[in-house]
Amino acid sequence: MFYREAGDFSTTYPQDSQTFPIRFDRWRYYAVLFVAIFVIPFMINDYWVNSIFMPFLIYAIAAIGLNILVGYCGQVSLGTGGFMAVGAYACYKLMTAFPEVSMFIHVLLAGGITAMVGVLFGLPSLRIKGFYLAVATLAAQFFLVWMFNKVSWFYNYSASGQINAPERDTFGILITGPNTEAWATYLFCLIFTIFSAVVARNLTRGSVGRQWMAIRDMDIAAEIIGVNPLRAKLTAFAVSSFFVGISGALFFAVYLGAVEVGEAFGITKSFLVLFMIIIGGLGSIFGSFAGAAFLVLLPVLLKIIGVDWLGWPTDIVAHLNLVIVGGLIVVFLIAEPHGLAQLWRVAKEKLRLWPFPH
Amino acid sequence: MTLKLGTWAIAGLMAASPVAADLVFPSLSYRTGPYAAGGIPFADGYADYFTLLNERDGGIGGVMARVLECETGYNTEKGVECYESTKGEGALVYQPLSTGITYQLIPKATADDIPIHSMGYGRTSAANGDVFSHVFNYPANYWNGASGAINHILEVNGGDISGKKIALVYHNSAYGKEPIRTLEKLAEKHGFELVLLAVDHPGQEQKSQWLQIRRERPDNVIMYGWGVMNQVAIQEAANIRFPMENFIGIWWSGAEIDVEPAGDKADGYKALSMSAVGDDFPLYDDLRQYVVEAGKAAGAGDQLGTVPYNRGIYAAMLAAEAVKVAQKMHGVDDITSGQMRDGMENLVITDELMTELGLPGFGPTFSVSCENHGGEGLVAVTQWDASAGEFVTISDFAPTDMEVIQPLIDEDSAAYAAENNIESNCN
Repeated sequence: MFYREAGDFSTTYPQDSQTFPIRFDRWRYYAVLFVAIFVIPFMINDYWVNSIFMPFLIYAIAAIGLNILVGYCGQVSLGTGGFMAVGAYACYKLMTAFPEVSMFIHVLLAGGITAMVGVLFGLPSLRIKGFYLAVATLAAQFFLVWMFNKVSWFYNYSASGQINAPERDTFGILITGPNTEAWATYLFCLIFTIFSAVVARNLTRGSVGRQWMAIRDMDIAAEIIGVNPLRAKLTAFAVSSFFVGISGALFFAVYLGAVEVGEAFGITKSFLVLFMIIIGGLGSIFGSFAGAAFLVLLPVLLKIIGVDWLGWPTDIVAHLNLVIVGGLIVVFLIAEPHGLAQLWRVAKEKLRLWPFPH
Repeated sequence: MTLKLGTWAIAGLMAASPVAADLVFPSLSYRTGPYAAGGIPFADGYADYFTLLNERDGGIGGVMARVLECETGYNTEKGVECYESTKGEGALVYQPLSTGITYQLIPKATADDIPIHSMGYGRTSAANGDVFSHVFNYPANYWNGASGAINHILEVNGGDISGKKIALVYHNSAYGKEPIRTLEKLAEKHGFELVLLAVDHPGQEQKSQWLQIRRERPDNVIMYGWGVMNQVAIQEAANIRFPMENFIGIWWSGAEIDVEPAGDKADGYKALSMSAVGDDFPLYDDLRQYVVEAGKAAGAGDQLGTVPYNRGIYAAMLAAEAVKVAQKMHGVDDITSGQMRDGMENLVITDELMTELGLPGFGPTFSVSCENHGGEGLVAVTQWDASAGEFVTISDFAPTDMEVIQPLIDEDSAAYAAENNIESNCN
């Protein structure tokens, strides 16, 4: 019914291989983009941006990045927090060193620097696999956080070790600092989110992505059929770290404005992003969005219901939040180990046949 | 698609709250997480004082006070969420009780014209009101604390500590790093050697730090800790038999709950203080009558008289007094956050005023001005008496070394002003 393919003919190869081959799907995608770009910026205020949209968009980028590494290339990483920190500190150093340069460039460069650091820490992946690699990336996590705490050059020798985003703009519009407009920061993050999603989606559809998936599914077989594991693994680390670095830069510069490395980019952050892609769905771009939305929105939702509506004490709601999120993760993993993305896929299949199931 | 679904889901749940004439005091509290040991009593004290004012006096100047509690878990992201969700309700002043969240809110709140009161925490150089127009950290700041600790050590050692070794055990965050520069300057001035030992969040693992203390044998240890880190440090100090009277904590490291786990071995532990200890004040009779016995106490209502609870009371008292000043200045009862800022800037706390409020000698006397948002920085020292189970004040509120601190404040605030193009607020 909803996903009718009747009358939807592909006459060329590009038409057949596009991201959304079903017309209804494609129009819905355009509608979401339209609402996100042309409707939401006119409706939102500081609260909506800072509590809901910005964390969602930024975590979505981080989840896409990690999903490339874990979901597509099969290399388990617990260093996401550390790589986000690299993005944040690179962005800070660039912002303070070149104040006149546009924020777009700073964020992209921060992503590039993180990609290089990611490749460096990806080198052990050529030798070790699975849990052992997870432990190696865990070392990256702790080392990077320790380094940003220890070496005062990274925080410009400030007394407190905090980094603070000064006011910076792009095309004359303030993007960082306290006097930003809600729509400006929202659109800035949205552009990066759309960019990341489109790039990631197309990379994973192409030869690079196929190499990653071959390595994920069975690395020896992949090697035998001619996939270069060095190149495949390191490109996965580089691309993944690039996106994670962008999200770290946005997280610090646009979203929080002031960051303390141990608190903002600790091991909990790595786990949070990992949970996002596990709940959302490994190896799926949509899953990255769904997981980020789930883990960002659920606590806010529970707080609004518990504290604002029901008037419960804040500590009870905070504890309940842990219980409910934890419980839902367990339920999801048992009921649908492939995450929200798989649920969506199943729903789509059903809707295609509905209302005639056979 | 996710965007759309999420938007609808939240849109359906957001309800505009009614706007009534009241004075809104957001309390960014943390009753969960590794810092809850200090967060719970502080939040209880803060809420109870306003409940008392509402029940006993009918609010402040006839306008009811409303405390909006929002759980942050000492987490900066949740702090931002709390700030954004409460500022629209007419918030008068923010007291985040977290240095990290304070750093985050300084530019935001200044842009939104809402004052921040970071009482004895936050950014120390915010004491320079000429640069930080909306941030107040009276009655004392971290650098007063560092100097107060050194002054006390000087006093114990007859005024000469040259050649001594003093270790700083600190929470490895903006909070713990704050005193380092002051202590370095003081080390130059008094000729002692400073050993720095960082403890990472949350502070449960301190074996290596205390092993190092055992090896280096410092004469004194100063601690800047918070939450679970305090209890662990005092326990570790007891384990290596470090003499407790040479162990001195900042005011956030001196609560009953921090020393009790170590039992008798914690006897003699010292902590700085900027508010009085115990519940021997006339105000507590009213608190019991109007709040606790009426069943209106915040939380479990069992924290009365503990050190962090008193500090919550103290923070609320200073906020309420600033409201009174603002009401008088502007001739309106239902003040705005901008007027609240003016009130805070003209706040004067005298002994007479505290006695009148039923809190004689509860804190140091001080006055705030446009240039000085930090007060005079008087610091007291308390000591734990394990057999009696209470902290005892052993030296009264005394001045600290502003000769060293003031140039540091000027330097750091000037750097902030230059970085952010801030013009002078006072001229």
